[in-house]
Amino acid sequence: MQSTTRNFKNNASEALVNDNLQEALGKLKVGFVERRAAAAEKLPEFDALRDQARDIKNHTLQNIDLYLERFEEKVTAQGGHVHWARNSHEACQTILEICQSVNAKMVTKGKSMVSEEIGLNAALEKTGLEVVETDLGEYIIQLRKEAPSHIIAPAVHVLKDEVEADFRDAHTDLDPDRQLEEPTQLVHEAREVLRQKYLDSDVGITGANFLVAETGTSIIVTNEGNGDLTQTLPKVHIVIASMEKIIPTLEDTSAVLRVLARSATGQEFTSYTTFSSGPRREEDPDGPDQYHVVILDNGRSAMLGTEFQDMLRCIRCGACMNHCPVYGAVGGHAYGWVYPGPMGSVLTPSFIGVEEAGHLPNASTFCGRCEEVCPMRIPLPKMMRHYRQKEFEGNMNAAPVRWAIKAYGFMATRPKLWHMITGVKAKFAYTLSGGKGRFHKLPLWMGEWTKHRDFPASQGSSFHSQWKKKGGATTLNELKKGAE
Amino acid sequence: MEKNMEARNQIFASIRRSKERGGVKSDPKAVEKRLAEHPSGLIPKRSQLEKAEQVNLFQKMAENVQASVVRLKSDREIPAAVSDYLAQKNLPARVKLSGDERLSNLPWSENASHISLLEGASGGDDLVSLAVSFAGIAETGTLVLHSGPKGPTTLNFLPETHMVVLRESDIVGAYEEAWARIRKQQADKGEEFLPRTVNMITGPSRTGDIEQTILLGAHGPHALHILMVADDA
Repeated sequence: MQSTTRNFKNNASEALVNDNLQEALGKLKVGFVERRAAAAEKLPEFDALRDQARDIKNHTLQNIDLYLERFEEKVTAQGGHVHWARNSHEACQTILEICQSVNAKMVTKGKSMVSEEIGLNAALEKTGLEVVETDLGEYIIQLRKEAPSHIIAPAVHVLKDEVEADFRDAHTDLDPDRQLEEPTQLVHEAREVLRQKYLDSDVGITGANFLVAETGTSIIVTNEGNGDLTQTLPKVHIVIASMEKIIPTLEDTSAVLRVLARSATGQEFTSYTTFSSGPRREEDPDGPDQYHVVILDNGRSAMLGTEFQDMLRCIRCGACMNHCPVYGAVGGHAYGWVYPGPMGSVLTPSFIGVEEAGHLPNASTFCGRCEEVCPMRIPLPKMMRHYRQKEFEGNMNAAPVRWAIKAYGFMATRPKLWHMITGVKAKFAYTLSGGKGRFHKLPLWMGEWTKHRDFPASQGSSFHSQWKKKGGATTLNELKKGAE
Repeated sequence: MEKNMEARNQIFASIRRSKERGGVKSDPKAVEKRLAEHPSGLIPKRSQLEKAEQVNLFQKMAENVQASVVRLKSDREIPAAVSDYLAQKNLPARVKLSGDERLSNLPWSENASHISLLEGASGGDDLVSLAVSFAGIAETGTLVLHSGPKGPTTLNFLPETHMVVLRESDIVGAYEEAWARIRKQQADKGEEFLPRTVNMITGPSRTGDIEQTILLGAHGPHALHILMVADDA
């Protein structure tokens, strides 16, 4: 997928004044966040399960080559095929060749973020194949020719009335006077239209939430059942999965599944969790004749053994973006590539380079909510900080930014100077705000900040001077004394 | 194929190079042990109950996700229960059975002779299906069905109404217990691998893709009706 990540600042500014988007994002904040909290509350072991999930994935990453080898061996032994792809181009090419080998005309797809990452639809369509997304959200954005704006709710930015308009435009063979205002009517229409596509398609492509090494099994987790129809009805089932989806055993999978749905949608368990091993067996009444798994690297193997290895624990639940104040304000498209929100702010520079995606790790207030809710306990803020450092070291920031960071560094390492300047600044800012404690409008370039929100003014004196006044310790010795 | 080998070798070389650079060491013994013993981790206490309570928990959890549950004393009551449900929901008297003898051999003609019965996979024309669940998981009210000669996967997804028979004795507490049963069944049959498809089903199909409103029957069944049978008689 082509990135517009360089334009993050412009994208974000436009997002903030897009009323439809802001209305849609308002709903996101309540829905996902409240449901996750309720689900976590209902399971006393939830935090212990998160620790366990982290440990399982750490062990897996430590031995990822061994587990991948076992997976390949098991799939092959069951009559399936494993293909390896170093990059997007190889992955698309492999899938295309499989489609061509069965003279496919139409391909149905379950939801897969990796297929977005490799730009699969465009690659297949270029050769004349008809590609149909079957997840309702993905179908909506396919009609709109948009990218997903959320990793588990791809059309979260689209309002109901917009879906109605899109369906009326696309389904021209249906009665133009039909009722289509209610969400149930929209869901019903999509069901009817897509039902025939499943039955007619030659190849079904799904992603995978997990690849089980022990049994050579790929797993999809869906609520709609679209992934299951996609992979059961056509003659060929192709799984596209990135290498870090590997997990040792069915028991390990069960353990991680306990934190996945709760973190994602706040469900105790997703409606359909489906385990596929190889093609249909001789005596099976249905199922695909061919089963292929395409395993993608695309920059992941290079993250192993680095400060970004922890990111490979990610199970794509979306909790970090649901809880992110920046994502909540600008939505997913502003991030400009496949993966938005905090996980995207780490993955995007890892995959397409910090030169291209340097804005993203900077688009964080470091409030830490993403790390707090991450089921795999990925230290997202820490990794964004690593990227900020890389950006600075690589001389990639603009001159004023470098100058400001240097000036800050100079002051911050000289406590006396720091106290003097912050003390004066605090008083000055307080006076300027007219004692109101906030600025509604700031002059010059600082006006960018107050365009969309107030800037808090200081309360008249710096933290240090207030601390001192209250008798707080200011040196380590004083602190030790106080503790005695 | 050659191209694939080249990609494969390079990917593994890259993994090993990265691991070495970062001081990440494989532990082949731990890997072999984990794969051979597949240990269970932490099992939530919620489902670790006496059998009767586990059955109640299954029902409660399944109903929480909009499945409907009816309790029957024995298999013999299934035809009448199916007939009642079809009448109640105003559904046509036509049911596609999975092919499991437990269903085919029921006294349909005594209690539900008006229902036409079909058998096998679905091509998309069936409104109602009836299958047998391999297990039920009380922890989240989850059914476990798997593919095989008597288990067409299409019956779980294509019909609008999915009816499933579940024996109370097949209800377990946690996912891991269901896997233990599948492993045992496959071993008893002399099968080296899992069935092609194992479906864990928790409530009917749903979507939240339109303004986060949860709606049932997105692509799979609108309704999941579970016939919970007390004994094996």
